Amino acid sequence: MALLEVLNLQAAYGQTKVLHGISFAMEEGSITTLLGANGAGKTTTLRALCGMVHTEGEMRFAGQRIDKRATEDIVRLGIAHVPDGRGTFVNLSTEENLRLGAYTRQDRDAVERDLERIYSYFPRLRERRTQQAGTLSGGEQQMLAVSRALMLRPKLMLLDEPSFGLAPLLVKELFGILRAVNEKEHVSMLLVEQNAAMALALADHAYIIETGRVVLSGSVDAIKQDDAVRRSYLGY
Amino acid sequence: MDQFIHQVLAGLATGGIYASVALALVMIYQATHLVNFAQGELAMFSTYIAWALINAGLPYWGAFFLTVGFSFVLGVVIERVIIRPVENFPALAVVVVFIALLVILNSVTGWIYSFTIKSFPSPFPEQTLFGNKYMSSHEIGAIGVTLVLLLLLYAFFRYTPLGLAMRAAAQNPESSRLVGIRVGWMLALGWGLAAAIGSVAGMMVAPIVFLDPNMMGGVLLYAFAAALLGGIDSPGGAVFGGFLVGVLENVLGAFVIGNELKLAVALVLIIGVLTVRPSGFFGKVHVTRV
Repeated sequence: MALLEVLNLQAAYGQTKVLHGISFAMEEGSITTLLGANGAGKTTTLRALCGMVHTEGEMRFAGQRIDKRATEDIVRLGIAHVPDGRGTFVNLSTEENLRLGAYTRQDRDAVERDLERIYSYFPRLRERRTQQAGTLSGGEQQMLAVSRALMLRPKLMLLDEPSFGLAPLLVKELFGILRAVNEKEHVSMLLVEQNAAMALALADHAYIIETGRVVLSGSVDAIKQDDAVRRSYLGY
Repeated sequence: MDQFIHQVLAGLATGGIYASVALALVMIYQATHLVNFAQGELAMFSTYIAWALINAGLPYWGAFFLTVGFSFVLGVVIERVIIRPVENFPALAVVVVFIALLVILNSVTGWIYSFTIKSFPSPFPEQTLFGNKYMSSHEIGAIGVTLVLLLLLYAFFRYTPLGLAMRAAAQNPESSRLVGIRVGWMLALGWGLAAAIGSVAGMMVAPIVFLDPNMMGGVLLYAFAAALLGGIDSPGGAVFGGFLVGVLENVLGAFVIGNELKLAVALVLIIGVLTVRPSGFFGKVHVTRV
């Protein structure tokens, strides 16, 4: 059974229709990437999965319908969203931001251990733990957003442009950590990225979206062979 | 000189009460960016409940805590039933609802308990404490109760996960939902807490101003001045502003302008702060890039 199934998903902002019936599925443990130009509907798809936009169509997570559910209930099923724009609680400290990520968890001891684990992934966040999160640099806030999502101990992570605003070296580091989390903790990931080369290097499956529709899908190896994809997204 | 010290200390006692109401205002303001004009009347209504409980034979502190609990529930219910449906309406519509709430609570209380002025007991002894000649024991007690209340609130918001979630929900509702916080309930909880704080302020001020349905009118104005003076989005500022307004009001009333013009102090402060420094002493100055 697929971990996530999306069937004929449609969404609109007011009168403007953004998704025209997207369908895709992902397996448990997979890293799947959605590729597409600006405005293709990638961010909207992630927002739709979290119940943040009004949608039509079917969405199932681990067999359960999640369309028409409240965001906070979807999160409680184990879906963590690293939102576009980072979603930092700017007036709270770095550590408070991280603790909020574990808000729904009851296992206090494990939360403390996870906090330590996050700090070992991102030592910069430990240095900044008492600092107001709004004063962190863009890159640090991006790490904070990913870390906050990890604090949920999610089954599925929705990553909206995690490399945004990061220096190339940090992007590599971050993607390394994501891969490790995926392999060691079997966290499935749905990744939206401008950086198609990085995304295809990390993911095992890819869907190409154009103006709110899936136009191509398959394993990353197959997708990389596609001439149109190579020209449009990889630039060679 | 004695007279002056006495006025300052008495000012601190009422200032603590203004600080509590100002804090209640700030709590709702932080979450909704609206000033709850019904905050004072809610406190007044709670104080009547306390009066009724005491008259029914309950010991003072029993009535006190029962009233605080009742006010909390009342605040939550009002948010869920009355405020929630108009949540996304334009600000003016919500403010009109607040004013309606003010008028309704005022008249309902008058209808149930009549508009005649009643005396309200103080839990503190008649004779002054430690033989001091400056403050009545009710004044000292009111300051003590206020300080305990403020400390409890500080600890709640600073050190508990629920307090953290409430702060998060007020600042960034969208991100809060994404970590699983039930933002709507946090707002209801905020209303409950604000009503509970207000009820304590009401019970502390009632022995001084006596119990009548209009008793909180002046207090709300002073509290509003205090919240603005401290910065309407700063809880610490509201507390500071409350004590400052209390002292200013008392000292100016006693030595400069006389008791009749006391309330004008609050109005002058409100207008003064809004024209000279809208963000108050500790408020954030909001700068927007265009």
